[in-house]
Amino acid sequence: MSNLSKNKYKGYDADRSKYPETRNGEPVIDLDSHKFTKMWQGPQHPGVTGNMSVEIIVNGDEIVHAQTHVGYLHRGFEKLMERRKYIQCFPLVCRICVPEPDTNEYLVSAAMEELADITVPEKALWLRTLNLEMSRIASYLMWIGGQAGSLGMGTIGQWTVGMRDFWLDLFEEMTGGRVYHMYMVPGGVRKDLPDGFIRKARDLIVRTRKLLRDVENSFLSNAVVKSRLQGLGVITPDMVDEYGIVGPNARSCGKEYDIRLNNPYLKYDELDVKMITSTVGDAFSRAQLRYDDIHQSLDLVSEILKRIPVEGKIQAEMPNLLNWKIPAGQTYVKAESTRGEHGFYMVSDGTDKPRRVFARGASYTHAISVLEKLAQNISLSDLAALMVSLHTCPPEIER
Amino acid sequence: MSLKDILSPLRVWERAAQKPWTIKDPINDRPGADNYRGFHKNDFSKCIGCGTCEEICQNDSIDIVPVAGQETVEGDSGLRPMIDYGRCCWCALCVDVCPTGSLTMSNDYTWISDNPEDYRFIPGATETKWQDSEAGYKRSPDMQILNYERVGMSEVEPGERSRSFMEIVKGYNKEQAILEAQRCVECGLCVATCPAHMDIPGYIAAVRDDNLDNALRILYETNPMPEICGRICTHKCETVCALHNNGEPLAIRWLKRYIADQIPSDKYKEILGTEHLTDEKPGRKVAIIGAGPAGLSAGYYLAIMGYKTTIFEALPEPGGMTRYGIPEYRLPYDQIDKDVEYLKSLGVQVQYNTRVGEDVSLEALHGDFDAVFAGTGLHLGRSTRVPGSDHSRVYFATDLLREVTLGQEIDVAENIVVIGGGNVAMDITRTLARLQNKKYGKVQVLATCLEAEEDMPADLEEIIEAREEKALIDPGWGPVNIEIKDGKITGLHVAECLSIFDENGKFNPEFDESSKKFFKADMIVESIGQGMDMSYLSEEIKSKLKFGRGNRVEVTEEFQSDLKWLFVGGDIIEGPDVIHGIANGYRAAKGIDRFLTQK
Repeated sequence: MSNLSKNKYKGYDADRSKYPETRNGEPVIDLDSHKFTKMWQGPQHPGVTGNMSVEIIVNGDEIVHAQTHVGYLHRGFEKLMERRKYIQCFPLVCRICVPEPDTNEYLVSAAMEELADITVPEKALWLRTLNLEMSRIASYLMWIGGQAGSLGMGTIGQWTVGMRDFWLDLFEEMTGGRVYHMYMVPGGVRKDLPDGFIRKARDLIVRTRKLLRDVENSFLSNAVVKSRLQGLGVITPDMVDEYGIVGPNARSCGKEYDIRLNNPYLKYDELDVKMITSTVGDAFSRAQLRYDDIHQSLDLVSEILKRIPVEGKIQAEMPNLLNWKIPAGQTYVKAESTRGEHGFYMVSDGTDKPRRVFARGASYTHAISVLEKLAQNISLSDLAALMVSLHTCPPEIER
Repeated sequence: MSLKDILSPLRVWERAAQKPWTIKDPINDRPGADNYRGFHKNDFSKCIGCGTCEEICQNDSIDIVPVAGQETVEGDSGLRPMIDYGRCCWCALCVDVCPTGSLTMSNDYTWISDNPEDYRFIPGATETKWQDSEAGYKRSPDMQILNYERVGMSEVEPGERSRSFMEIVKGYNKEQAILEAQRCVECGLCVATCPAHMDIPGYIAAVRDDNLDNALRILYETNPMPEICGRICTHKCETVCALHNNGEPLAIRWLKRYIADQIPSDKYKEILGTEHLTDEKPGRKVAIIGAGPAGLSAGYYLAIMGYKTTIFEALPEPGGMTRYGIPEYRLPYDQIDKDVEYLKSLGVQVQYNTRVGEDVSLEALHGDFDAVFAGTGLHLGRSTRVPGSDHSRVYFATDLLREVTLGQEIDVAENIVVIGGGNVAMDITRTLARLQNKKYGKVQVLATCLEAEEDMPADLEEIIEAREEKALIDPGWGPVNIEIKDGKITGLHVAECLSIFDENGKFNPEFDESSKKFFKADMIVESIGQGMDMSYLSEEIKSKLKFGRGNRVEVTEEFQSDLKWLFVGGDIIEGPDVIHGIANGYRAAKGIDRFLTQK
């Protein structure tokens, strides 16, 4: 534990509160005592990431109890897929996480390819890797905006979300869509890179790095940000296994777990991906770690653009996808999203529709159990910052 | 925390001097990417209304609807997609799947209307601001949802097959058939085009699911001759197949053959549920003249409706033109027998070597039976009537093909010219090539026709295979006269054919006399069409019938003539081809049933 977390106001181990009393390890909260106030943050609240809500009980401005509520965004994608042919699934899954749809697209295709024993051509693998790294950049840029905005620094959000739009321009050229790219189809990808794409992407990498310098100056090297984020929402190494924490949230407390390195997929085994970790585990260290991760993704995009083959097929030999039947089987495929391990479990029964699809989003544990735990004894005004610092994406909770 | 953390954020003031990123007029200054999935466009001249877009749409936002000004024609349903933007998710699967490539998207970002109904529109029919825009999402040739390549069919090598009459096409095995059946998009254009309106997507789906019993049941609903049709059907279904717009059509004919080939004939009755049908029939009696596709088809459907049916056939074996006109290498006789044996097992009687009009009169049949169906086919040859065509070494293709089937010896010459460019001409050319090979060890047969190569009426595969078998085909020439020296044919003089039909669309070929050619030959075969032999109709009967174009008997939609008890169908009414015969027989059987139940 660094000395930062010994901040006099907050801290996981700081005994800030006299209330509530605990009896047999359970808090005693008597709302009629007028010592507590029950209130809701969300589902419509600028400080909530997506449509979910937190039912909180405060004592003064201190949260003594937090209970998350989800279900505002349930669209039943897993069930919908059971009624759809395999080829009809990929336009659905991108909606499972709006800021970073590509991981879902990749995984649903990868699961089908594994079950049907299809080898994706080399060029398509590179294009998919490029697509996934680009989506990481876009997702992180949006996250910076959220994290800054949760501390009242809306301007930084305007810069980074503006820059994300330039990345969406690139997506638009590459895939035909800005937000929902629907680019990876079973067997490969839909289109080759358009002319001039590589040059535009390189220019944008330079512009993004310049923006990131501004972000570093104004956000990461900022006394206000540090005083609010340091020591907030500390995740300890013990919690990682206990709660199933993944991604930057786990790496920020020293857990070396990144699917790109631990179980390389696509072209990651040929790329120089570094394990970025920290040992502090608080919200600020997570911000710093994600900031470093964007730089790594920018490096990877540059590297991929250099190595992507000019010639080659972008789709494997496929049967008529309208009548495509996949032999019975089951598989779990996973990939590293900006929020951590993202997985798809798929069961096929030999028909033209999946029998069961389960999407495992990293946010499920981060936004529910971890948030409820970490929200205890923090200031009411820090709840939004805490939520964003866990980088949760509620659509992922309720597929 | 350090002093740096307090001072560093102040550097953001540097940005005050930078130009803003905002674009003042984003719609005009920054149009969508060339690849952007904007709003739908549909090129009506290419669209065939196959409905594959409707099939793949995972939001059910596409409906195929009739559109004013779009007619239903062969290969085009006349329907067009209507898209509901209240449901669409702009995934563009409809664009990717479109077999014609008619459906595309513009790169527009916005469309504003105060009427919600506007957003359910028919691209191509509804006026839109983007209908002429070039940019936008299009189907990529690199990524395909459908499979446009046919599963290859194994055939006997040309060298081997040109020496014998063994069947050329080997047929699909199970794996190949399922793979091929997977290509179907189930648009149903084939059903509309097939004269028998067979449920083609239905039996293709049954092949895909490996449920051949069900497939056979679907076949027999409308076609009791799957072995014959599965080999030599003119497959109009394949011509209009949606896949044909971007690649090879589905091998519908071969899949039909696969179904019939896989099921042994002794299983037919059990699968088709006809075990109760026997010779003992209490029903009324129907006579059928001719055991060709039309007669057999009528016989089958009458038999399962409970009629006592007798077929009178002039020749010694069943099949009609499918046996006596089509060579064995295309349709082996045992396959005809398989279809016919099943028919006979249902109680259909066949009297061979009985020519109606000679051995038994039509009037006598009318006396003995409640109704008569005549499907006598086109067995007579037609002559070019050029000088010299009355020579004894000038033959009709139909006569020679019949003699080959009957096993009669044919005096094959060393040099033969065939006049004609249709499938029958190819049949006789290839048959003669085989006979020449047997007799002389070499092939010297040449086929010539009026039509240019690309307009030849014969199937392309027939032309290719004939050439593979060393027969020569020299199209675009019109016969002028047959040269005869000392009573022997020496060859055929031809002139270049400029046009076949005059401006009124009448057959009136025009030759360029300055461009001539001479084909050496000592035997000439004419194959320019077939005629009907209606001599079994007595003058009295004839006087009660009406005759239309081409001296064809005028019949109702159910093939009933003006003599209510006489039904006429097959090649002498429609076609000529096997599937029309089968379809006619089916509808005539329904007509006979209606006639007899109302009687």
